[in-house]
Amino acid sequence: MAISIPASRPKLRQRLALRQIDGVTLLLLPALLVVVLLFVYPFAYGLLLSLRPKVGGFAANYIAFFTDPYLYNTIFATLNVSVPVTVLSLILALPIAFRVRLLKHQRLLTTILVIPITLGTVLVAEGLLNYLGPQGWFNRTLIWLGLIHSPIRLLHNYWGVFASLLITGFPFTFLMTLSYVSGVDPALERAAATLGANAGRRFWHIFLPLLVPGLAINFCLSFVQNFSVFPSAVLLGAPAGETRVIAIAAYQAAFEHYDYSMGSAIAIIMGVVQLLVVGLVLAVRNLFYRGSTTGAKG
Amino acid sequence: MIRDTTIGAKLWSAAVWLLTGFFILNVAGLMATVVLSSLSTRWLQSWLPAGFTTKWYISAWNEFQLGNVLTVTFEIVFVVVLLSGLVGVPAAYALARRNFPGKKLVILLFLLPLLVPPMTIGIPLATVLYQVGLGGTFWGVVFANLVPSVPFVVVVMIPFIEQIDPKIEAAAHVFGANVFQLFRYVLVPMLLPGVLAALLLVLVRTIAMFELTFLTAGPTSQTLVVALYYSVFAAGVRAVQSIDAMAVIYTVTTLVWLLIALRFVNPTQIVGRAR
Repeated sequence: MAISIPASRPKLRQRLALRQIDGVTLLLLPALLVVVLLFVYPFAYGLLLSLRPKVGGFAANYIAFFTDPYLYNTIFATLNVSVPVTVLSLILALPIAFRVRLLKHQRLLTTILVIPITLGTVLVAEGLLNYLGPQGWFNRTLIWLGLIHSPIRLLHNYWGVFASLLITGFPFTFLMTLSYVSGVDPALERAAATLGANAGRRFWHIFLPLLVPGLAINFCLSFVQNFSVFPSAVLLGAPAGETRVIAIAAYQAAFEHYDYSMGSAIAIIMGVVQLLVVGLVLAVRNLFYRGSTTGAKG
Repeated sequence: MIRDTTIGAKLWSAAVWLLTGFFILNVAGLMATVVLSSLSTRWLQSWLPAGFTTKWYISAWNEFQLGNVLTVTFEIVFVVVLLSGLVGVPAAYALARRNFPGKKLVILLFLLPLLVPPMTIGIPLATVLYQVGLGGTFWGVVFANLVPSVPFVVVVMIPFIEQIDPKIEAAAHVFGANVFQLFRYVLVPMLLPGVLAALLLVLVRTIAMFELTFLTAGPTSQTLVVALYYSVFAAGVRAVQSIDAMAVIYTVTTLVWLLIALRFVNPTQIVGRAR
């Protein structure tokens, strides 16, 4: 500022108001306090706590985690179920969303699909225990159709967790995909169709490039949810075996062995792995087109 | 709108609908098994139960002390909804109306708790709550549930408040309304539909929130979904039908509120960058 009036410097209140900080802005403080106290502080505390192990140097928890196959294998067990479920959800969601976007009355379908999300993994797990069991309707139908001769084992193994994640995860992925797909300007598709592109080419050359950024975000959010699977891995999986996911390891360390330091360390590792995958996906996304999905001029 | 009429397109369309139908059929099947099982006298080795009874609801109500659990659940949910409304709506108002330095950082701070899965934040949060003596208590569960709820209200309300023209507030000022009158006669009536929708969504999400409540709840502060988890976890101790009856009670509790919420909001809003 070249002009200065040294005699009457504006009051603090006025200077703040110039930067749009006044009584209204202060309304933010309670919410900010909640987030800082209950979100930021616990994370920072957990990080510090994880560096103060019960025994050994500051990195002892992390060294213990990455040298014990029973612990570090949980990362692979988790990826092993969360990545396929996320990819499958996305692959299923895309064609269905393309079909549903043409519907006038989407409300009924979206309402049905929001139910499993709302009820959550615990109820789905409880239902699947019966439904997928050896005497459940799923196996009975397969036998009745003559596809199998004896019931196949779908519970307390990989497939139980897979099914439950798909049932809660697919609607989530689908509803997000639908909002992205509906966000693409229909004029673009009409233009392509006018120029003679068939459905396949319209998808590959018009929609997909526009959707990649949205789908990448969608993938990240779904993946992060699936990666932190806990209740269904315990109830439907083999929590000591092939579906011993990282959340189980963290829970056991903190609340069964009462080693909060180790529990925090595993929770931090869980967060870091999620961040790595999300970072990787977002980095790949940057190679694609980013911008408006509405028909822009020029 | 473009309609493809080739055989391939029709087959493709049929396949897509078949897939959707298959998915919905399975969801319906698993929910129907829970309901049927809760009403069955005995259900083994057959398509349908041997007979029907409602006694499991009474025994579930007594065995699992569902009266207490439901009371606690609604107390917790009510306090969470109230607090997240009281704290979240003013914050959303400030963020919608003011452009101050660091606003982007603040918004990021409100988005993060919605993106980080509950299990990741739950473990360090529960650790902190246990260290300060709130772990296992009513307020511990409430505080844990505020972590996603407050940011949720903020994030949902910002666009709602932004679309209300600030000139209306300015006009009220010009006509001499004081802060209270502005609040009472201008802001509340205009914000009410949005606040109602956001709080209903918080309500549904809090009833169904498993992880955070599970990690912070003690024996007297369990919500319905956590009690359900423990009873499924200890399956074999109680009759299967009894657990299923409890699952039905949980389902009904959740779905009633979901249906009320869906009268005011779009289904996609329940997930839309929210979970």
